[in-house]
Amino acid sequence: MTPTPTLTSPGVPLAKARPRPNQANRPVGRGSYRSADLVGLLPTLVLYGGLILVPIAIAIGLSFYNWNGVGALTFVGASNWSRFFSDSIALHSLEVTFLLAGVSWVVQTPLSMALGLFVSGRQRYRAVYSALYLLPLLLSTTGIALMWQALLDPNFGGIAWLGTHWHLSFLVQNWLGGNSTALWTIVALIAWQFVPFHTLLYQMGRRQIPQVLYEAAALDGVTPLKQFIYVTLPQMRYTIVVSSTLMIVGSLTYFDIIYILTNGGPGDTTRVLSLDMYQAAFQNTTFGYASVLAVVLGVIGIVVALGLVRLTGFGSMASQREGVA
Amino acid sequence: MSTAPPAVALSAARLDEVAPRRRSRLGQRAQRRLRGTIAFGFGTIWLVIVLAPIYFMVLSSLRTEGSYVTANPWLPTGGLTGTEYSTVLHAGLGGYFINSVIVTAACVVITLVLSLAASFRIIRRTSRLSGAALRLLVFGLAVPIQALIVPLYIIIDKIGLYDSLSALVLTMSAAAIPVSVLIMLSFVRDIPRELIDAMSVDGAGEWRIFLSLIAPLSRPVLATVAIYNGLSVWNNFLLPLVLTQSNSSAVLPLGLFKFQGQYGIDVPAIMAAVLLSVIPLVVLYIAMRRQFVRGLSGVVMR
Repeated sequence: MTPTPTLTSPGVPLAKARPRPNQANRPVGRGSYRSADLVGLLPTLVLYGGLILVPIAIAIGLSFYNWNGVGALTFVGASNWSRFFSDSIALHSLEVTFLLAGVSWVVQTPLSMALGLFVSGRQRYRAVYSALYLLPLLLSTTGIALMWQALLDPNFGGIAWLGTHWHLSFLVQNWLGGNSTALWTIVALIAWQFVPFHTLLYQMGRRQIPQVLYEAAALDGVTPLKQFIYVTLPQMRYTIVVSSTLMIVGSLTYFDIIYILTNGGPGDTTRVLSLDMYQAAFQNTTFGYASVLAVVLGVIGIVVALGLVRLTGFGSMASQREGVA
Repeated sequence: MSTAPPAVALSAARLDEVAPRRRSRLGQRAQRRLRGTIAFGFGTIWLVIVLAPIYFMVLSSLRTEGSYVTANPWLPTGGLTGTEYSTVLHAGLGGYFINSVIVTAACVVITLVLSLAASFRIIRRTSRLSGAALRLLVFGLAVPIQALIVPLYIIIDKIGLYDSLSALVLTMSAAAIPVSVLIMLSFVRDIPRELIDAMSVDGAGEWRIFLSLIAPLSRPVLATVAIYNGLSVWNNFLLPLVLTQSNSSAVLPLGLFKFQGQYGIDVPAIMAAVLLSVIPLVVLYIAMRRQFVRGLSGVVMR
């Protein structure tokens, strides 16, 4: 049989009040459903359970042991945890992590929103701009890091060249190696990488606002600024929450560019928690202590992500489905 | 329809009343043009910020190690050549490329098949297992993969897959499953119940329903999820860094990183390698921009 358009009744809330197949007059036995469920779900659950859920348990368990990766496990109770709370490097990296996430949000959100509103305009040239804005999303993080490393090189980089030849001496700096510039340079590079994605989200959010609202506002003589405050912002709150949460969770767990370009330096100025954890595990081979840092990182990520679930109603959707399970 | 004309008339009257008081029609038009110009300037500055680094990279990749240091990096003067492209291709970029293709393709196929099957079982709600599965997947959605690299390294090492492409395929597929299932669920849920029931009444088994109804109807969401996962697997750096070591199992992001260590100051070679690694995505982007954009934003927009 082929699905015909007449059967596809749009707008009918199919999720609600549908009878369970095993309660209604079911054509086949319960056993065939069970085997279908096993075949359909088990591979997923094995893969996901084995490589996501089991690792969560291992990370928590390992945080109470000392292990160098090859020798025997030594149970040390909570001593890794008490070490964390007096480890000034780790606590500093926690500070850097939150600073990076906070500043990234402050920089990226207004920029993405403004660009998203800009490209959702109807002018033909803005569609072209919008297509070009997405180009950074195609580059891998490694590619972006290497490209900017070349550009920011204080001797031969493109930025330093402009500084020398256009007499803009402030451009000639050791951007990634300077104590006062490294973190802000990283913030700028992360923005370069991720603003395109968030611009896309805001563009789509703006397109979902009914045009009638703006027409009505214009007829009433509402100024563009007030249209933005009283129509655009409230209508885009879902987009703002989703974008902000992805942005903050993403920056809190950010690793790649920092590892490639500064490796935490100079000093500890760009040392974020994920980097601290990586080094504790794979450079110092203190896997137990690295697990403490991993659990802290995971808990921070989960707490912020739960914020998303609460604020967007994603959670109510999921719990509806949970209820009928 | 009968109420519309008076409403418009009313608003138009109000406009006549308000607009002249604020400013003349001409002033309004001038102001709109000013706003357009400011927006154009703002958008163009960002365009320059986006394109200038990429332009710099393209230009640099066409130089030699010597001319890169001497020439104006922003103008195509001082001699351009493509020799660095062949340098990096001979230095093993091709191998990294093939590894990336294998890992990405395997991950995308595994994730699509498993997630679609799981979504179908979850909406059928035929046993307790499907409810439990959904709850477990929602839970995993919030866990950042960065926090799991130590246990993943231990598990992969213990099952003897360290430094293999299978290690990357398994871990990246597992990491992609929760979000893939949730995107697919919101789509599969909207497949009309009547279609499934009709097939069921006709005597079709669950497998038959899945293969000849659910799978074909889900083609749009499959494309979205494939692009989203494909992009993140292709560009993933952390898991290859932790789970592989040798050049023979390095994928592109890690291979580029190794190049940097290997070539150091030969910037044109590194830029050429970065550009070669992005070609498949650029081709894909040009060929199917609409699906691409949907894939990129598919996670949050339904």
